Amino acid sequence: MFSSVIWVILGMGVVTYIPRMLPLVAIKADGVPPFLQGVLKNVPFAVLGALIFPAIFTIQSGSLLHMTWDDFFFGLIGGAMAFIASYLEWNIIFVVLSAILVLTVYSLIL
Amino acid sequence: MLSYQTPVKKSARIFTDGVKAGIPIAIGYMPIALTFGLIARTTGLTFMDAVGMSVFVYAGASQFMALQMLAAETGAIEIIIATFIVNIRHFLMSASINERTVERSRWKKAAMAFGITDETFSVASLNRDKIEAAFMGGLILMSYGSWVIFSGLGYVVGASLPEVLQKSMSIALYAMFIGLVVPSLKKERKALALFILSAILCSVFSLFIPFGWAIVAATLISSVTIEWAYGRLMKKEGEAHV
Repeated sequence: MFSSVIWVILGMGVVTYIPRMLPLVAIKADGVPPFLQGVLKNVPFAVLGALIFPAIFTIQSGSLLHMTWDDFFFGLIGGAMAFIASYLEWNIIFVVLSAILVLTVYSLIL
Repeated sequence: MLSYQTPVKKSARIFTDGVKAGIPIAIGYMPIALTFGLIARTTGLTFMDAVGMSVFVYAGASQFMALQMLAAETGAIEIIIATFIVNIRHFLMSASINERTVERSRWKKAAMAFGITDETFSVASLNRDKIEAAFMGGLILMSYGSWVIFSGLGYVVGASLPEVLQKSMSIALYAMFIGLVVPSLKKERKALALFILSAILCSVFSLFIPFGWAIVAATLISSVTIEWAYGRLMKKEGEAHV
């Protein structure tokens, strides 16, 4: 059925690698104008905002349009635990483990 | 004696730092990779194809999408184009790392580029001022290793974790993202502004466009807008002090 799957995989590999590689290999870091340098230094904080929201509320459903209450509360409780733990500046491992633990307890109670 | 031993020791220590920083990613990838292996098997892929995809592509969301498309007997070209679109967001992350890396060797840069994911990018950016190739090496060893090994294990075992644990562990990467960013949000107003604006924009955009583009658009618009606004603010404050 999928004899050509390896070609699909290699094609996927190439088109995934190109955007990862081009800027690092082709852009000379000291040739970037200052404004753009500032923009690129902003990227991590902006990326994290976009990676967490709305995805944390749609882990099961995959999109806001299909989000369920179960989905919403799951993200809210896990996210709140992670927020509190990281606000208290716990080690990141414990931030992750505490969120998993709280949600395990939550799922078992329900 | 000390002076000639230091460089080697130093880069070994930085590598170890990368390995340690990769632990939460390794934990977070586990349930996702196990599920990937399992679904790849039920979709009808061979073990070689399933593990091969994790080895050569190494990008979670696009791999799940490819499984769906293969199951629906979508053509190869469509799958490859869709993969490109989902993964183009890494372009921004690579450009941002390029701005911060101290690595000068193009070969090493090309090698570390392979390991750029949402997760390795976030960890590297928020853990290091200057991103060293040795740090990326340790980080990628952990995250890539976890992704490939658990993809294979999910396929072989043909099952994921117990249902409750599988579900609760799906929060792991989000908890990690929160754990990485909150300390900076506490300290820096600018970081907070970027984070909130981008979160709102991405939530709105995700209603209309695929998530890969929503992330790219939200990140670009907020990074540019906030940079411009802060430039103006600084200028005004500067004038006020004169």
